[in-house]
Amino acid sequence: MRQLRSELPALLLLGALALAPFVGFGEGYVLTLLARAMILAMAAVALSLLVGGAGLVSMGHAAMMGFGAYAVVILDDARIVEAHVVLPVAILAAAGFALVTGAVAVRTSGVHFIMITLAFGQMAFFTATSLAGYGGDDGYTLYARNTVAGGRLLENKLAFHYVCLGALTASWLLCRMLLASRFGRVLRAVKGNPMRAQALGFDPYPYRLTAYVIAGAIGGAAGFLFANAAEFVAPAYISWQRSGELLFMVILGGLSGLHGALLGALGFVLLEEWLSHQWEHWRILFGVLLILAVLFLPNGLSGIPGQVAKGFRRG
Amino acid sequence: MSTTLLLVQGLNGLQLGILLFLIAAGLTLVFGVMDFINLAHGVQYMVGAYFAAFFAAQTGSFWLALLLALPAALLFGLLLEFLVFRHLYDRDHMAQVLATFGVILVLNQGVKMVFGAAPLQVPLPDALTGGIRVMDGLLYPTYRLAIIAGGLATAGLLWWLVERTKVGMLVRAGATNAPMVAALGVDIRRLFMIVFGFGAMLAGFAGVLAAPILSVEPGMGDNLLILAFVVIVIGGIGSIRGAFLAALLVGLVETLGRSMMPDLMRLFLSPSEARQVGAALSSMLIYIAMAAILAFRPAGLFPVRAS
Repeated sequence: MRQLRSELPALLLLGALALAPFVGFGEGYVLTLLARAMILAMAAVALSLLVGGAGLVSMGHAAMMGFGAYAVVILDDARIVEAHVVLPVAILAAAGFALVTGAVAVRTSGVHFIMITLAFGQMAFFTATSLAGYGGDDGYTLYARNTVAGGRLLENKLAFHYVCLGALTASWLLCRMLLASRFGRVLRAVKGNPMRAQALGFDPYPYRLTAYVIAGAIGGAAGFLFANAAEFVAPAYISWQRSGELLFMVILGGLSGLHGALLGALGFVLLEEWLSHQWEHWRILFGVLLILAVLFLPNGLSGIPGQVAKGFRRG
Repeated sequence: MSTTLLLVQGLNGLQLGILLFLIAAGLTLVFGVMDFINLAHGVQYMVGAYFAAFFAAQTGSFWLALLLALPAALLFGLLLEFLVFRHLYDRDHMAQVLATFGVILVLNQGVKMVFGAAPLQVPLPDALTGGIRVMDGLLYPTYRLAIIAGGLATAGLLWWLVERTKVGMLVRAGATNAPMVAALGVDIRRLFMIVFGFGAMLAGFAGVLAAPILSVEPGMGDNLLILAFVVIVIGGIGSIRGAFLAALLVGLVETLGRSMMPDLMRLFLSPSEARQVGAALSSMLIYIAMAAILAFRPAGLFPVRAS
């Protein structure tokens, strides 16, 4: 029962997303927005596994999405559009990149980990800009979305909504199970005190590397969906600012659990969308809100109920 | 590749390295002394360039603009410190990264709102137009040589300040072990404010220097910021000497790589492929260098932090 309660926020959010098309959020424009939010939430959940679970603050997570997205692009150019081929390739490409870069990166920690993931992210970015055959800087427009068993399932906005929701739920469940398992406990032990974990006989390296690769694989899947949602991929999706935004979603939501990443990604995308319709220079407000959130919400959005309760008790 | 071209690219690399050093110097000190990651340091550079553009348009003189932009950049840095940064010293790196990321968003959009999205031009100062004959058949722009000279002079001044004055001694001590310095009765917060304001002014100075040769536009600091981070990580966090050498290294590798890599690749690949692959590889060179250095010397080339 207690375990269920700690999962309640995430389950409520996912349930709300499942009902959304039937309670007045079924227009094409809203569904597009929600799909975008869910895809970014997927990447954010994976990043939350790294940041909250393993203490690995990655500033290059957008590159994982980039690998997934560019797998779609390159296969699209070769006229390979079957999702059952493209999706595994996208996941493997991102996981492979995570494995190679992670092998070096997870040796470091703290600030140096932030910097080295930033460096690898920049490498991916510059590689993407040099792919002249796939649009270079300008990006690449897909011929069409990927097909599922020859059918155009992903073209249907409502179906795509549930595909994204299913992928998000699966990613959340996977990360949830990982964190609750022995593997997750070792990760947290290493995060809390690497020395002590080593003294207990755990070599942190394989655990952290595995977490990094899994987060990369989920990022690759999110990149696959992102490319299909936009039907367009550009190097700008891999820029370090993007990685910063993903990190922001995780922190905005709060690190107390994976539901923070869900909440943060949804809050981020919806806030961005709403503000951009209010004022031409909305980024100023957005930036100010981000600063205020960091200063006054140390536990993120998901920590607000706790903060309010504490305030009442004190008052 | 001819010697002339090599020399030109070498000078260009040196000039980029000098600009990078001016930005990285403040960044590495703030990072070293207060363990504070300031992503917004790149916008200080942009703000300096905009101040130069604004004052140059008002006064019609580059020199007056330089004179006015420096204190303006200093005040602006202190204002940011007062409003945002001082509330973040006790927070973890993640909170610092995110809040300063917010500052970038605000300021990039802010200059767009005030000055428009179009790039601004700052005219070269009259005394420094034209070129100087560096060797036979090579005329190098005087202004770019002046940047190198000005930057080297500033680096010398900085070296003197950090190595030979009392404040410099405290800064070095703070970079090595800040809690100990505070325990000895030094007001570390005030020390940090001085370092911070000075760093902001140096970044602003780099912006003023760059304004006449690069376009002054929103977001111009973002890419240099990342390069500056590469510089301080390679050089060793908190080390001015490391920042100086690493900045020159990064400037030279970046510039020479960009011009030589495509030629080098032509040895293995067809010309069009060589151009593409060469461009990508040259952009990556410094990140590869940084990853390699971090993998083998995690504390950088000149570590100062007491472990």
